[in-house]
Amino acid sequence: MSNDNLLPSGLPRIESLEMRGIVKKFPGVLANDHVDFDVKAGEIHALLGENGAGKSTLMKILYGLYHPEEGGIYLNGRPITINSPTDSLNHGIGMIHQHFMLVDNLTVAENVALGLKSSREPRLDLDVVSARVRELADKYGLRVDPDTVISKMAVGERQRVEIVKALYRGAALLVLDEPTAVLTPQEVDDLFVIFRQMAADGHALIFISHKLDEIFALTDRVTVLRDGRVTGAVLTSETNKNKLANMMVGREVSLTRERPSVTPGKARLKLENVSAVNEDGQPVLININLVVRSGEIVGVAGVSGNGQRPLAEAIAGLQRVGNGRVLMDDQDVTNLAPAQMFDAGLAYIPEERMHDGVIKDFSVAENFILQDHVRPPFAKGIFLNFKQIAAHAQELINAFSIKTPSRETLVKNLSGGNIQKLILARELARQPRVIIAAQPTRGVDIGATEYIHAQLLKQRSAGLATLLISEDLDEVKALSDRIVVLFGGEIMGELSHEEATPEKLGLLMAGEREIEKMIYTFDKGR
Amino acid sequence: MNLPFTITFEKRVADIPKWLPAATSIGSVIVAFIVSGVILKMIGGEPLRVAKFFYEATFGSWATFSDTIVKATPLIMVGLACAVAFKMKLWNIGAEGQFYIGAFAASLVVLIPMVSPDSPKVVVIGLMIIMGMLGGAIWGFFPGYLKARFQVNEIITTLMLNYIAVLWNNFWIFDRWSDAGFQMTPAFEKSAWLPRVTDYAREYGTFIDGGGGLANFMTSIGLERISGMTLHLGVAFGLVAAVVMWWIFDRSRWGYEIKLIGDNPKAARYAGLNITRNIVLVMMVSGALAGLAGMSEITGVVHRLQERISPGYGFTGIIVAWLAKLNPFAVIIVAILFGALIVAGREIQPSGLSQLLQGIILFMVISSDVLLRYKVRLVRAQAAVEAA
Ligand SMILES: Nc1ncnc2c1ncn2[C@@H]1O[C@H](COP(=O)(O)OP(=O)(O)OP(=O)(O)O)[C@@H](O)[C@H]1O
Ligand SMILES: [Mg+2]
Repeated sequence: MSNDNLLPSGLPRIESLEMRGIVKKFPGVLANDHVDFDVKAGEIHALLGENGAGKSTLMKILYGLYHPEEGGIYLNGRPITINSPTDSLNHGIGMIHQHFMLVDNLTVAENVALGLKSSREPRLDLDVVSARVRELADKYGLRVDPDTVISKMAVGERQRVEIVKALYRGAALLVLDEPTAVLTPQEVDDLFVIFRQMAADGHALIFISHKLDEIFALTDRVTVLRDGRVTGAVLTSETNKNKLANMMVGREVSLTRERPSVTPGKARLKLENVSAVNEDGQPVLININLVVRSGEIVGVAGVSGNGQRPLAEAIAGLQRVGNGRVLMDDQDVTNLAPAQMFDAGLAYIPEERMHDGVIKDFSVAENFILQDHVRPPFAKGIFLNFKQIAAHAQELINAFSIKTPSRETLVKNLSGGNIQKLILARELARQPRVIIAAQPTRGVDIGATEYIHAQLLKQRSAGLATLLISEDLDEVKALSDRIVVLFGGEIMGELSHEEATPEKLGLLMAGEREIEKMIYTFDKGR
Repeated sequence: MNLPFTITFEKRVADIPKWLPAATSIGSVIVAFIVSGVILKMIGGEPLRVAKFFYEATFGSWATFSDTIVKATPLIMVGLACAVAFKMKLWNIGAEGQFYIGAFAASLVVLIPMVSPDSPKVVVIGLMIIMGMLGGAIWGFFPGYLKARFQVNEIITTLMLNYIAVLWNNFWIFDRWSDAGFQMTPAFEKSAWLPRVTDYAREYGTFIDGGGGLANFMTSIGLERISGMTLHLGVAFGLVAAVVMWWIFDRSRWGYEIKLIGDNPKAARYAGLNITRNIVLVMMVSGALAGLAGMSEITGVVHRLQERISPGYGFTGIIVAWLAKLNPFAVIIVAILFGALIVAGREIQPSGLSQLLQGIILFMVISSDVLLRYKVRLVRAQAAVEAA
């Protein structure tokens, strides 16, 4: 009988883990306000909530990274103290962070072994580690080669390495903080198979995601946080999307988008036969032709890494265009410097918002003037006009309802969704004529997503030309007037809003130009 | 282990309080003094007597304080030079070389000569300031350009350029301008001397001798004699430079850009900032400040170009900037402290004592950085036991 209480790895299961009355304060915010949360063996429990609701904070407390002001953690009914990640690992708790924690130039096995005792100290036992990694990988169909170097792996693979690493360390409970945010739909499906298998084997899983579809596809129970407080804990089978959205946001959230009909104006942005190569001389853009008109949203779909980033950067002056021309309002702007592009009326929401879009150690106010600190009213001669900067910041914080303790708060303390709102506010306030929005709602909660979509549609009605680059097909489909699909740096085809079905997009995204043509002609003929 | 408590390091999540960096700097200096005292005691010295002596030799009287300030003067400028580069995370460790080239370029004014030695002081000195800053700026330009254009590591280039600068100076003073075979040029004409307090001794000395209100006041603060005081106008350059740097850092557009690029060069690029130009500019400003220090030293103290005009000011400047947490006004205070250490090093035997202290201060400052990044907490072991 006792075997029933062991995991396949031979470790004891965590029958139940409870967090009771957890309170965690940060300057100006109550991140967790008497939160009760529990998870059982064999269960996948979703933690849901808006950006900044306190999900990551709660999980970091469980993992020993933060210390709560109040409350306790109970393992199988007995109180435990967790002062550090080492403590939590010893209790069988593993965590996969929102941002990966792997060492790029080490192999999988080396990463797994990092910080663990070797079986034959002081020498390494990488062969033993490799064998065990293979075993675990086989067990869960994780497809991970222990000898591959991390830097050579795609995001999806890295995710699997993180899971193997946690399993290797004997995790009986696994916290998954937005594991799907950066994965392609196919990778997400594969990952879910693994998660279900792990739960079936008696692991306890905590799953965080902003995508309601995923919650329904994967989890057994849902706990919803809002402003640090639990607003609901329900069985997934007994709820629906609207109810969950309501619990999260505290109001009705529209999950569908109204696209008012707008007659497109003149061509604002034009790419003519644009080609580009990367630092290694590999082609990243091949013969791109593209037009974005005033009052139009053109979606760029495709699996990431197929030229989306070079495309955006070629327009913004951050990637050299080898061949072809980029035109804005019929002016040749090919290979102008970024500052000149911004002056010409371009706005850019970069994909890696934390790295490229904001300065984490600058205040909110300072982040609002990244491009415009050189011109009035923010500049006064060679000096800065701090009064104007503060006023501008307050105005945008109010207009875009950005949640921040103050305009002087450092941006690194804001939640992901609010950072994204900040960037959007900054870019739109510059009154651009063309905007490139790259993954504008990745990792952003449904309330903020609704808001950002509404803003983009509002600007479309006001005549803005928008190039929307996104991996989220629902998003592309919901907002775009036309959709082009990138594959291997080439445009595989273009579909109108009406033509774009998930099937057709999927085929194009897989690089099936021939089939696309057939369907296309077939459709046209019909 | 059976300690009644365990020490835990918790990564700081909240912003650090504004006073904390200053507190850790001051704290590390105090701890360094205590540690040095303990070491002194262990080797049989008398720490308290040494401390008293140290004080008297550096701040004990106006005359010694003047000496301290004279040593602090180049350190202020060199410290500012390092601070501006470090703000942008450019590791300029070439202030020493920029100092030498600044001195060299400034002396060209007299040695070529570029103006007649009979010209008014303002003209000669003014020109020397310009040349000194220009020389340092050029010496900063090369590593800046290589870094900006070809990503050449500035630590290596600035370090190497130090040696080149010293040898370059040596060539001219040994081979071309040697004064009767000595390793120095002939002394500059008086028109190329920065005004010193002692130069006014005759004028004001008689004035004080004559009695009257001012004389009484001067006497009451112990300043009845100003002859022999070597304090020179260079300190004013340092103070003005500090104010200007503060303005740049805290008030100007350019300061914003420097911090922005230093914090996140990628985002700076995305925001359309010209990073290449800014790297070169910052290195040139940094070099110009170090060059000004060199100019001030030869016109204010040695009055000729010679070997070893710097006992490593350029390197001490790195410590000064770091200890001052890159704050221009703090640079002044720290520079005075290190000026005092240099003066004390001359007076106290063994003279290595003051270097020992410098080393310990640096060590403490660097290790105290941990306090800025982590919260150190004592957790009672009992609590852990109870809970388990
Ligand atoms: N280190 C910190 N210092 C100060 N405030 C913080 C810190 N970490 C989080 N916060 C604040 O605590 C609140 C909760 O943040 P948390 O990261 O837990 O949100 P989240 O639910 O994980 O959001 P997201 O969906 O964006 O990841 C936010 O208001 C955030 O600004
Ligand atoms: Mg989070």
